[in-house]
Amino acid sequence: MMNLRGPWTLFKKELLRFWRVSFQTVAAPVMTALLYLLVFSHVLEGRVHVHGVNYTSFLIPGLIMMSVLQNAFANSSSSLIQSKVMGSLVFVMLTPLSYLEFFLAFLAAAIVRGMAVGLCIYLVAIVFIDLPLAHPLIALLFALLGSALLGTFGIIAGIWADKFDQMAAFQNFIIMPLSFLSGVFYSIHSLPEFWQKVSQLNPFFYMIDGFRYGFFGVSDVSPSSSVGVVLLSLLVLAWFTLRLLKSGYKLRG
Amino acid sequence: MTPAIKIEQVHKSFGALHALKGVDLTIEQGEFFALLGPNGAGKSTLINLLAGLLRPSSGSLKVMGYDVLKDYRQARLALGVVPQELVFDPFFNVREMLRFQAGYFGRGKENDAWVDEIIESLGLTDKAHVNMRRLSGGMKRRALIAQALAHKPPVIVLDEPTAGVDVELRQMLWEFIKKLNRQGHTIILTTHYLEEAETLCSRVGLMKDGQIVALDSTTNLLNSIPGKNLRLKLSSVLPATLQSMLRHQDGSEYMLALNSVTQIEFVLAELRQANVLVEEMQLIEADLEDVFMSLVGRS
Repeated sequence: MMNLRGPWTLFKKELLRFWRVSFQTVAAPVMTALLYLLVFSHVLEGRVHVHGVNYTSFLIPGLIMMSVLQNAFANSSSSLIQSKVMGSLVFVMLTPLSYLEFFLAFLAAAIVRGMAVGLCIYLVAIVFIDLPLAHPLIALLFALLGSALLGTFGIIAGIWADKFDQMAAFQNFIIMPLSFLSGVFYSIHSLPEFWQKVSQLNPFFYMIDGFRYGFFGVSDVSPSSSVGVVLLSLLVLAWFTLRLLKSGYKLRG
Repeated sequence: MTPAIKIEQVHKSFGALHALKGVDLTIEQGEFFALLGPNGAGKSTLINLLAGLLRPSSGSLKVMGYDVLKDYRQARLALGVVPQELVFDPFFNVREMLRFQAGYFGRGKENDAWVDEIIESLGLTDKAHVNMRRLSGGMKRRALIAQALAHKPPVIVLDEPTAGVDVELRQMLWEFIKKLNRQGHTIILTTHYLEEAETLCSRVGLMKDGQIVALDSTTNLLNSIPGKNLRLKLSSVLPATLQSMLRHQDGSEYMLALNSVTQIEFVLAELRQANVLVEEMQLIEADLEDVFMSLVGRS
C-alpha cells in the first residue's frame, strides 16, 4: 500500500507551479475582474437595481465566481497541456500514483488557485464597496463546488487537447460563453422568457446564482436547487474524468 | 532468485501496425543488459510497456516479480526509466525536481541524503539550484538520469542515454552507471553506440521487426560471427572477384569480410592479378556491429 506522500507531492508541485508565475495566474485575473467592475459599475451604477441591490454590489459576487471558475479550469488544463507538450508529464506517468490520486492532486490544486483568485478579488472589492455577506458558508460551498467542477473540466480538456490551439478553442468557445451568459452581469429575470429557459440549461448560472445568494440572501432560483444541479454536474463530470484516466486515454496508449 | 525483468509473449499493436510480435525476455538481477536494434525495431515500445506508459495487446511483463498492470505500484517502485528525449519541467530547479520525483514514489526527507549523493555523483552540485530551463543539453541529460534514480530503484532502464552527449560526459556517465551496476542495480540499456554495448554489457538482445532475433552473452554473439575483417586502402578499384566479400567502402578504403585468416592469401592474389596496389592493410576482429549487421540484414 502506498502512503499519501505521492499525491501530496503532486499537489504541492502543482501549487508551486502556479505560484511561481503568480503575476500571470493570480494577479492578472484579479486585475481583469477589477477592470470589469470599474467599467460596468461606472456605466450602470444608479441606473440598475437587481433584487433591490445596487448594481455594483450585485456585480461583485458574479465577477468573483466567474474568476474562480475560469482560473480553476485554467490551472488543471494549462498544467496538463504544458506538461504534455513539453513531454514532462512522463515523470508523473512513470510513478506509482493511481489514476484517482492523479485526479485528486490536480483537482485540489485547481480548487486552491480558483479560491485564491476569488479571495483576492473579494478582499480588494470590500475595501471600496460595502458588500453584505448574508450566508458565508453557502458562498464558500458554491465557490468550492464550482472550482471543483471547473477543475475537473480542465482535467478533461488537458487530457483531450494535444495542442495549445485546441485548448484555446475550449477556453474561448465553451468556458467564456458559458460564463458570460450565466448571469454574471445581470439577473436572468431581466431576460425574455425564452432566454431565461436557455440560461437555466447552463450550469454556470446555478453556480453564480447560488454564490450570489450567499452574499444577499436572494437569488433567481432556490439555493438548494442550485446545490443539487452543481453537485450532480460535478459527480457526472468527475465520474467521466476518472473513466478517462482509468482507460489511459491519450496518456497510456 | 526472482528475475529483474520477465517478459512473456508480449504483443503490441498500434492499429494495423504490429509493433511487437511475441517478445520473450528474461533479465536476471545484477545484469548489465543491452537491447539493440535498428530504428523501428520495437525497443522503445518494449521499454514503454515495462514502464507502464503503454499497455500490451497481450502477454505479461514483470519487474522484480511484479506484474506491470496488476501490481503496477510495486513494479514502478522497482523501476527507474531514463527517457530518450531531453524532457524537463521548466518551473523548477534540479534539486526541487529530484525531491518531487522521489516524493511521487512516497519518499520523503529521509531520501534527501540519497538525492544529494546522486547530485554529487553526476556532477550536478553547482547546478542544483539552477532552473532546469537554464541547463545545457549535457546537464539536462545528467538531470534526467538523476530523476530516474531519485527513488533508488533496483532496475534502471536507460533509453539511448548518450545520444548527442560529448565524449567526456559519455565516459563520466558510463563510469557512474558501472558503479551502480557494481552496487547491485540491474541495468538495461538501449544504444546506437554498439561499442558501448560491447564494452559494458554482459548480455545482448537484438531486436528486429518487433521480435528478438538474437539473445546471448556478448562474447557468444561475437564468436557467432566467423572470421575477421580486412581493411584495405587500394590504388584503384576493388576487382569484381572480391566484390562478394565487400562489407563497406569509404573512398579508396575497403572493408572485406573474411571467413578465415587463410583467405588473405586469396585476396592478395586477386589484387596482384588485377594490378591493384595495396597502400595499407589491417586485420580487424569482428565486433558487435558485424553481429548486428549480419542479423538485421544489411551487410
